[in-house]
Amino acid sequence: MRVPLSWINDYVDIEDISPRDYAAALTMSGSMVERIECRGDNIINVVTGRILKIKRHPDADKLVVCEVDVGGETVQIVTGATNMKEGDCVAVAKDGATLPDKKIKKGMLRGVESFGMMCSEDELGLTKERAEGIMILPPDTPLGVDIRDYLELNENIAEFEITSNRPDCLSVIGLARETAVTFGRGFSVKTPKVTESGGDIKDFISVEVLDPDLCPRYCCRVVKNVRIAPSPAWMKKRLEDSGVRSINNIVDITNYVMLEYGQPMHAFDLKTLEGGKIIVRRAAEGERMTTLDGEKRELDTDTLVIADGRRPVALAGIMGGENSEIQDTTATILFESANFNGISVRASAKKAGLRTESSARFEKGLDINLAPAALDRACELVCELGAGEIVSGVIDVCAPIPQKKEIAFDPDYINKFLGTDIDREFMENALTALEFEVREKSVVVPSFRADIEGGADLAEEIARLYGYNKIPSTLYIGAATLGGKSEKQRAEDLIRDTLTSLGFYEIITYSFVSPKIYDKLNLPKDDYIEIANPLGEEQSIMRTTAIGSALEALAVNYNHRNENVSLFELATTYKKGGEKGLAIEKQEIVIAMYGDDTDYYSIKGAVEQLFESFGINNYDIEPESNNPVFHPGQTAVISLRRKRAAVLGRIHPSVLKNFEINKQAYVAVIDFDLLLECKKLEKKYKPLPKYPAVTRDLALVVPDDVNVRSIEDIVKKVKSDITESFSLFDVYKGKQVEEGFKSVAYSLTFRALDRTLTDDEVNSVMDKILSELKQKLNAKLRL
Amino acid sequence: MKDRLIKIKEQASAALQNITSKQELESFRIEFLGKKGCLTEALRSMGGLSAEERPAIGKLVNDVRSFIEAEIETLSDRLDKEELLKKLEQEKIDITMPGKKRPLGKRHPLTTVLDELTDIFIGMGFTIAEGPEIELDYYNFEALNIPKGHPARDTQDTFYINDSVLLRTQTSPVQIRVMENNKPPIKIIAPGRVYRSDAVDATHSPLFHQIEGLVVDKGITMGDLKGTLDAFCKKLYGESIKTRFRPHHFPFTEPSCELDISCPACNGSGCRVCKDEGWIEILGAGMVHPKVLEICGIDSSVYSGFAFGIGLERTVMRRFGIDDLRLFYENDLRFLRQF
Ligand SMILES: [Zn+2]
Repeated sequence: MRVPLSWINDYVDIEDISPRDYAAALTMSGSMVERIECRGDNIINVVTGRILKIKRHPDADKLVVCEVDVGGETVQIVTGATNMKEGDCVAVAKDGATLPDKKIKKGMLRGVESFGMMCSEDELGLTKERAEGIMILPPDTPLGVDIRDYLELNENIAEFEITSNRPDCLSVIGLARETAVTFGRGFSVKTPKVTESGGDIKDFISVEVLDPDLCPRYCCRVVKNVRIAPSPAWMKKRLEDSGVRSINNIVDITNYVMLEYGQPMHAFDLKTLEGGKIIVRRAAEGERMTTLDGEKRELDTDTLVIADGRRPVALAGIMGGENSEIQDTTATILFESANFNGISVRASAKKAGLRTESSARFEKGLDINLAPAALDRACELVCELGAGEIVSGVIDVCAPIPQKKEIAFDPDYINKFLGTDIDREFMENALTALEFEVREKSVVVPSFRADIEGGADLAEEIARLYGYNKIPSTLYIGAATLGGKSEKQRAEDLIRDTLTSLGFYEIITYSFVSPKIYDKLNLPKDDYIEIANPLGEEQSIMRTTAIGSALEALAVNYNHRNENVSLFELATTYKKGGEKGLAIEKQEIVIAMYGDDTDYYSIKGAVEQLFESFGINNYDIEPESNNPVFHPGQTAVISLRRKRAAVLGRIHPSVLKNFEINKQAYVAVIDFDLLLECKKLEKKYKPLPKYPAVTRDLALVVPDDVNVRSIEDIVKKVKSDITESFSLFDVYKGKQVEEGFKSVAYSLTFRALDRTLTDDEVNSVMDKILSELKQKLNAKLRL
Repeated sequence: MKDRLIKIKEQASAALQNITSKQELESFRIEFLGKKGCLTEALRSMGGLSAEERPAIGKLVNDVRSFIEAEIETLSDRLDKEELLKKLEQEKIDITMPGKKRPLGKRHPLTTVLDELTDIFIGMGFTIAEGPEIELDYYNFEALNIPKGHPARDTQDTFYINDSVLLRTQTSPVQIRVMENNKPPIKIIAPGRVYRSDAVDATHSPLFHQIEGLVVDKGITMGDLKGTLDAFCKKLYGESIKTRFRPHHFPFTEPSCELDISCPACNGSGCRVCKDEGWIEILGAGMVHPKVLEICGIDSSVYSGFAFGIGLERTVMRRFGIDDLRLFYENDLRFLRQF
């Protein structure tokens, strides 16, 4: 809300307070001042001038060359504007001038020198719309005067950010009240005086409210012998300083009163209201009307309208209709000042996609007592401006006005709640200034403070006036709580520690993706959760797998020519079927990489090391050749406790192509919950061996399709107390091995805890291993 | 004989002067002390001496031998040292050449700073709570004193799944879930993803992170809220930071406030970072609204509490001087490597 400080000053004397101090004090008492500015802040070196001569430009048909008197000095200005004539007064931005959006420097326009610019209203920032041509000032304008002085652009205007609980502060009066309380000064609002000039409103209009729940109060007055004219300068200026465009005296009065009282108003051309009737009702299904913005709107029964005897003439509390708009020829008007249900206005405005100054106020809930006061103020202004005569009488259709709330007032509770020692007197004064009626053990809440409901609300009123920063800071000493992370959170840390130490960078990606991601991954569409109102298709569903996100991150890096990329994410996925219609949110660990020397075994190594960091050394691994995301010959599934714990391998070339990655990429997806379930993190010390180990090499020739895992499984199964470990050190295929076979070499280590092993002991185990391998895998000893 | 020995000694002394390598030294040793060396030969010829002469000459032979042996050892040591020095000299390298680095990954900057924040709160006795991202309207709004039709809903443009299910717009619903399931004292923080239907630009993202905090116990005051958050700010931004609590409005807290810190860039004198205000807003907070406590089945006449919410992205952006929110979710290594 923009308010010129001089307007506030009408209600409370703040002339001696600097704008900076004013802003700081109001901000700290709860009415946030975003900034204080003058409309002329960004207009420098612009003066009034008069066009002496307009000549044709020698080389351009669309340009003219003007001689402009800027007060004792004549400057030449080239312009493309056409709306001026010799003798007109204009605003001249001289060489070196600053305008809100640009700086003006002398220059050449098609070979003719130009020493400045004649400004339009929008160039001066006086209007947001694009102005037609330059601004023509009155003929008696003195020359060479700074335009800020001439147009009075030096007013300090405060830009308030009002929170949604304080619709009363969306008004000059409300903010003046807060100002008075903040500075401890007097404040009063005069009751408007309406001079009635005879007649009876009942002869002009009747009002019927069919839906009092949506319209608790409807007040109106009639103004006859209306003279539509421009508003006086003072009113125009206040409106413009407040960011409202001046239209004519009647429309301006409704806007002026809205700003001043916070009560939106509307003026109808009475002649257009058919049947001499106002009916406040819900729209009929499919009923149509065109609003003042020129939009044709189809209505439904949830929308409250103001109708005449035949048709809707306004969307209640939102915007008037074209059919009843004030014209230059309007002779009689109906001023409406009503109270509409906030929730209903909000819903209708949202449905219509039409948020106005009016609807923004109604939807926060306005004081039902405001309507008649604002109406009288509008009529007072009509008299003051000589804009018409007020027909005697008011129509006020009003549901029973709720009693003012009375709530408990307990200074002890407030002090205990705040941790303060504020005396009762301070509290009473503050509340009284805020127009509460203070009693012994209770307060009566003013009707414009619907936000006050209980002790905590009173505590806030006291606290903000006492000063939040005067409340002593204390450290809560209660029951000591043992802080810390859960097992799951510690596991997440372990994953991050392990993978970062292995060279992987953590990534964070969006949880929503495009449904096209499944095509890109070669996957069938999953039964995913859709967002009803997404920003776009790209982000319209919740991911059921995070592989796509990881591949997109690889693609970004590939695009930026990052050469060796190793990434991981602790990613949440979302599947249907959770409790109460919610999702099953599961975490998966996605590891993704490409780069030099990166192959299937690189990603497998990472997975193995991650498993080891969770104390998991035994797991089943099977090839997976039918996973459409992955390469059929370089992909594996790891199982823990017979459950699928991880899939890892090389990404299928056609998937890579979809992601435009022109490098072999490797990905692993690990089930976080299962990893957590199978972890063995308790560590126990094993004594270091006292006796030496015996190492033997075992070189075998096995058929090509035997994988090393099956060899290892057999070695493990051979009963022996002395086999300590074994490791693969060579796999060879080629000339020296028969076609269809490969050579596999292991190094085996034997050790006993209590003695030095003899050759015989070791040989006997080696023989057993070899015979098993011969029998089960058709292995031969390589000679 | 005696003369001969003295001459051998003199010859040896002279020869030693010219030796510059271990090889020459070995030849020298053989020449004088070897089986066919001159001293051995001199010894052999002792057979022709008389019994009276023998002891004196014998002693002389030994003296000369000892002398030569000692000289050889001294010289050998010296040559060893020289050789080592030469070798070390040859092994000199350009110590400014780049080091060989092991690959090292890093946490995402959002995680790094989140860890820092959580560590501070854990140090103050907080535990970490979690809640679903796809949430019921009830938890995200209604139980937080934001009923349907409430204007506060407009300030949080919401992604809906259906009428009653949405993507949470704040981490505050975790407060409700925690209060429903736990008896006070409660002292938690709840970090997590939240969603608002804001189009992506340098300062907006449809997905971002918040850290919610909640303390509920008997006798919790607004002074406790201030003290806790003061301590947090001092730990995060340094002891010299100043804090300012400014009135604000949240439907689920009363009184509500926003917390500003003195601008770390200009120490409060005003600069571009703080838009000349000298203060930077870092979080919203307040005393838990008694209605919210009651909704969760906590007696508001016995218990009170405070809550706060911190925007993680903005905290991280301030920390590292990042000016574009989008970088967090692009995951370009050139960005991730910097933190
Ligand atoms: Zn600053």
